[in-house]
Amino acid sequence: MSDKPYEIIIGLEVHVQLQTQSKLFCRCSTMFGQAPNTQTCPVCIGMPGALPVMNRRAFELGLKTAVALNLDIPKFTKWDRKNYFYPDLPKGYQISQFDLPMSQNGWLDISDPKGGFEPKRVRITRAHLEDDAGKSMHDEAAGKSDSRIDLNRTGTPLLEIVSEPDLRSPQEAKAYLTELRLLLTYLGVSDCNMQEGSLRVDGNLNLHINTPEGQVATPIAEVKNMNSFRAVERAMAYEAERQYEVWCENKIKLGDSPGGHKTTRGWDDGRQVTVKQREKEESSDYRYFPDPDLLPVIVKPDEVEQVRAELGELPAAMRTRLETTHGIDPYDSDVIVNQGRELVAYYEELATSTRDGRRASNWVQQDVLRTLNEQETSISEFSISATALAELLKSIQAGDVDNTRAKDVFDEMVRSGMSAGDAMAALGIEKVDESEAEGLCRELLEANPKVVEDLKAGKTKAVGSLIGQAKKRNPNVNPGQFKDMCLKIVEGM
Amino acid sequence: MGLTRDEVAKVSLLARLRFSDEELDTLTTQMGQVVEYIRQLEEVDTESVQPMAHVADIHNVLVDDVPRPSLDREDALANAPKRDDECYRVPAVLGD
Repeated sequence: MSDKPYEIIIGLEVHVQLQTQSKLFCRCSTMFGQAPNTQTCPVCIGMPGALPVMNRRAFELGLKTAVALNLDIPKFTKWDRKNYFYPDLPKGYQISQFDLPMSQNGWLDISDPKGGFEPKRVRITRAHLEDDAGKSMHDEAAGKSDSRIDLNRTGTPLLEIVSEPDLRSPQEAKAYLTELRLLLTYLGVSDCNMQEGSLRVDGNLNLHINTPEGQVATPIAEVKNMNSFRAVERAMAYEAERQYEVWCENKIKLGDSPGGHKTTRGWDDGRQVTVKQREKEESSDYRYFPDPDLLPVIVKPDEVEQVRAELGELPAAMRTRLETTHGIDPYDSDVIVNQGRELVAYYEELATSTRDGRRASNWVQQDVLRTLNEQETSISEFSISATALAELLKSIQAGDVDNTRAKDVFDEMVRSGMSAGDAMAALGIEKVDESEAEGLCRELLEANPKVVEDLKAGKTKAVGSLIGQAKKRNPNVNPGQFKDMCLKIVEGM
Repeated sequence: MGLTRDEVAKVSLLARLRFSDEELDTLTTQMGQVVEYIRQLEEVDTESVQPMAHVADIHNVLVDDVPRPSLDREDALANAPKRDDECYRVPAVLGD
């Protein structure tokens, strides 16, 4: 995989905002983009005496995600205070989960249909439920050196999903995130919008370097501020290179004192580098203790089974099913499933009614997705229904229209909203009568004795020039049929 | 064996409290005494006692996800030492 004398070790922490109407411990709205500090109350801004109460929906969404990620659900879970001071944390502590999280020991399978890495099961350490902090904005206008604090986001439910350090390359890290986001989207637990901060990623990375004295590990860096999956991929690649260079220079290993402890670094997207932010706190520095204001939650095994039963089909299972039911390749099933449930439903309707999964797959991937991109719309708003497109594909199957002209018909359907039949009529496309086609065939063969000679000699490619001429005479000529007919006539000569 | 001066200094840093040398000495003694006092609990035999997460023997207190009105912004910002029309203002936050 790599010609470098080291192995990259990556573990990811993903914070995902759960799609609730109200916050985790109070009933303030979680709506994004409202005027600053208009969605707060004594609970979420940490007024003395205010009492938090757990949002049922948030817990359910967390549970659903945990079950889908194959995590074990302990019978008993509780919440703890993680104490630290920061201007966007009005309570002075975050309500999180320390020693008894709501789920632990799961996994997510990742693979790359293009073969960039071997399929792999990434272990997931835990997923726990906690509240979000507010937002600080640095105000450099008017020469002021203040930061402005908006606490609307404070208290929004977050699920923190922590992976084991099982990822071995920036590509694997990106694939893990892509598959995780897809799963979360299928579950409908989060909109996963990175621009709005609904999904945030921190990456822990170090290197295992092979030396003549054996393998050594470099100090771990936690990289923050990565605003896209592409940024994660680049930041991880940069950080690996950086750690190797630093190690070559100073030979400091993980755990050495000084210099061998964990640090926090930020990704600077403009400069494409990671920048040291601070020494990482030890867990004990957060002085975790059980939050006395909150009560534990007990989950019964039959409740977990109920959640499992209601999950619905998830992406990995869906890909396998599309491959076996409709005969398409892993690459194709991956493209279709990654577009979400609605496109899968569209594809399946098309594949079933045309009984040609591959053709349906090609049309969905090429023409449908291209049009959706051009129109910047989604499949649910797409003007051509699966039934309408099936009519067109059936016309191709029946030989009424060839594949190339069918693309024109498709464009006409998109443009005018006509049915396949009407669009074909509007474009003057009609099936060429068999005797008419045969007449044209004989006429052209007669006029081109050289071609006949070639065909007799088995050079079937020679028929190409006749197809061109035939198309000029009658654009409705179906190239496939015309070719077959020519060969048949020549055979009988 | 209460607390060391270094431990007290570290905890005060985490709590963002700044003390003079004299205050740190006093606090090392006083906090040490508190820790020693609490340490008496170690004499209790807890061999057969289940750890508990909460003094109240109740669990699963959850509410429905229905938004309710929030505080008026003016009320929310009323106690802020420094503010503008929309936000709390604090000394510049650097780094992340």
